[in-house]
Amino acid sequence: MSVDENTVRRVARLARIAVADDEVSKLKGELDAILAFVEELSELDVEGVPPMTSVIPATARLRDDVVNDGEDAEKVLMNAPAREADFYVVPKVVE
Amino acid sequence: MTELCDLTFAEARKALAAKEFSAVELNKAYLEAMEAARGLNAYVLETPEIALERAAESDARIARGEAGALEGLPLGVKDLYCTEGVRTTACSKILGDFTPPYESHVTSLMRSAGAVMLGKLNNDEFAMGSSNETSAFGTPVNPWRRKGSDAKLVAGGSSGGSSAAVAARICLGATATDTGGSIRQPAAFTGTVGVKPTYGRCSRWGIVAFASSLDQAGPIARDVRDAAILMGSMAGYDKRDSTSVDTPVPDYEAAVGRSVKGLRIGVPKEYRVDGMPAEIEKLWSQGAEQLKAAGAEIVEVSLPHTKYALPAYYIVAPAEASSNLARYDGVRYGARVAGRDITEMYENTRAAGFGSEVRRRIMIGAYVLSAGYYDAYYVRAQKVRTLIKQDFETVFAAGVDAILTPATPSAAFGVGEMANASPVEMYLNDVFTVTVNMAGLPGVSVPAGLSAEGLPLALQLIGRPFDEETLFATAAVIEDANGRFTADRWW
Repeated sequence: MSVDENTVRRVARLARIAVADDEVSKLKGELDAILAFVEELSELDVEGVPPMTSVIPATARLRDDVVNDGEDAEKVLMNAPAREADFYVVPKVVE
Repeated sequence: MTELCDLTFAEARKALAAKEFSAVELNKAYLEAMEAARGLNAYVLETPEIALERAAESDARIARGEAGALEGLPLGVKDLYCTEGVRTTACSKILGDFTPPYESHVTSLMRSAGAVMLGKLNNDEFAMGSSNETSAFGTPVNPWRRKGSDAKLVAGGSSGGSSAAVAARICLGATATDTGGSIRQPAAFTGTVGVKPTYGRCSRWGIVAFASSLDQAGPIARDVRDAAILMGSMAGYDKRDSTSVDTPVPDYEAAVGRSVKGLRIGVPKEYRVDGMPAEIEKLWSQGAEQLKAAGAEIVEVSLPHTKYALPAYYIVAPAEASSNLARYDGVRYGARVAGRDITEMYENTRAAGFGSEVRRRIMIGAYVLSAGYYDAYYVRAQKVRTLIKQDFETVFAAGVDAILTPATPSAAFGVGEMANASPVEMYLNDVFTVTVNMAGLPGVSVPAGLSAEGLPLALQLIGRPFDEETLFATAAVIEDANGRFTADRWW
């Protein structure tokens, strides 16, 4: 499987990573090499094999439905690159 | 004071209890050694004030007869672990000066046991790499050099700061994390002992996530006994990690020195890969002989899906990474790069903040999870993972207690030596370690000899789920048979 340059741009968009035009062909080569490497899996017959969901036997644990954390806006916001009062500031999202 | 830094923790513990020196003296010796070793670039942040304050608290507890299991231990912390009030970056530019207001579960357990934090250790950006060359802080240097050469070598990755610091005796033990070999491979490259515990044994809470179904915390230490002591304080149930296992933590240290008589040790034929260097082959058969001499029975076993582990890993790990790293958006923490709208702000922030290996893996992950490819790649890889786990289950069900393999396909390589290699060539470093993560098993890397060039080589032991004790017992046999390996101080 190899990707074309449009796919590289589409994946970059999905990943929310800006890619400059002159990076696209290099990335295409690198993604192709990785996809060629993982292609080896297609030779295996996996019909009827259940996909792994957990490496250890796991059951969902329940906890009491109570607030056990929170009410600490300062700690939540202390690393924000932009804030006003107890809010994060972002570029305008809704017109 | 360098002699103080040459003691193992087990030795230092005894001397601390006998009041031969204080925890403050011990930690001061380490702080001095760290200063002299800055050229190794193992630490990305030194915290001498915290170290001295906590060392004084340790002395007070020792005086009151309340010493914990790690009392006074000069500890280095991989920068993937969140440390309260102390900058934590995962060695990525995107986290900027992120300062967590909380402490990871594992480091808070260690602190409760009396460990003293010396500083934060270098790692590959978000733990993605096998040589620690993807760190935003540059590459840590291996204290080991080839005979007759002063070329700088890598200390392995992703926990290259941890392995370099332990080997250079600028911390007495270090925390590390292992997603595909990131504890065991750097330990192998530096003549130190690295333990990747069973998935679920150590809480992942407060550790920067890379691939959540594979990530596991563990120690890198000077020898097997120290590794067992550290593990005893790192393991334990945490309700904040839904995959944390609520079973008692055994006395790991008691397993060191335990007889291996009658144990069945499997040697998997599929690990005899093409082009394996003769010295690795020799190290491996020698290790088997040593276990046999100690009373274990060596049996050949088959793990038929071994060769598919690495390709499956390079689907599963990037997929989980692309999902985990979606949170770095320039809104809640870290650096922000402006854009015309919010999407462009995300895209610019992530392009500037992530290094090339991380960008590549996020993109691969986004691709294999995208509509139309999800079943062909991700679901198929998770099915292959089931087959890999079944291989191990079959071997263990047949009465095998542990599996012996080489830890890495080669000794440490030079800094920059792989610069022109393809990403895939770098990935091959993890060929012997990655199966263990895919199956959630415990594994230990133990030094077993030196290469012709005078560099450390290591063997790996793989155990049944939650049977780290057998790994400590068997690794101790290998260690006793081969002795310890210490780098000559040149830095």
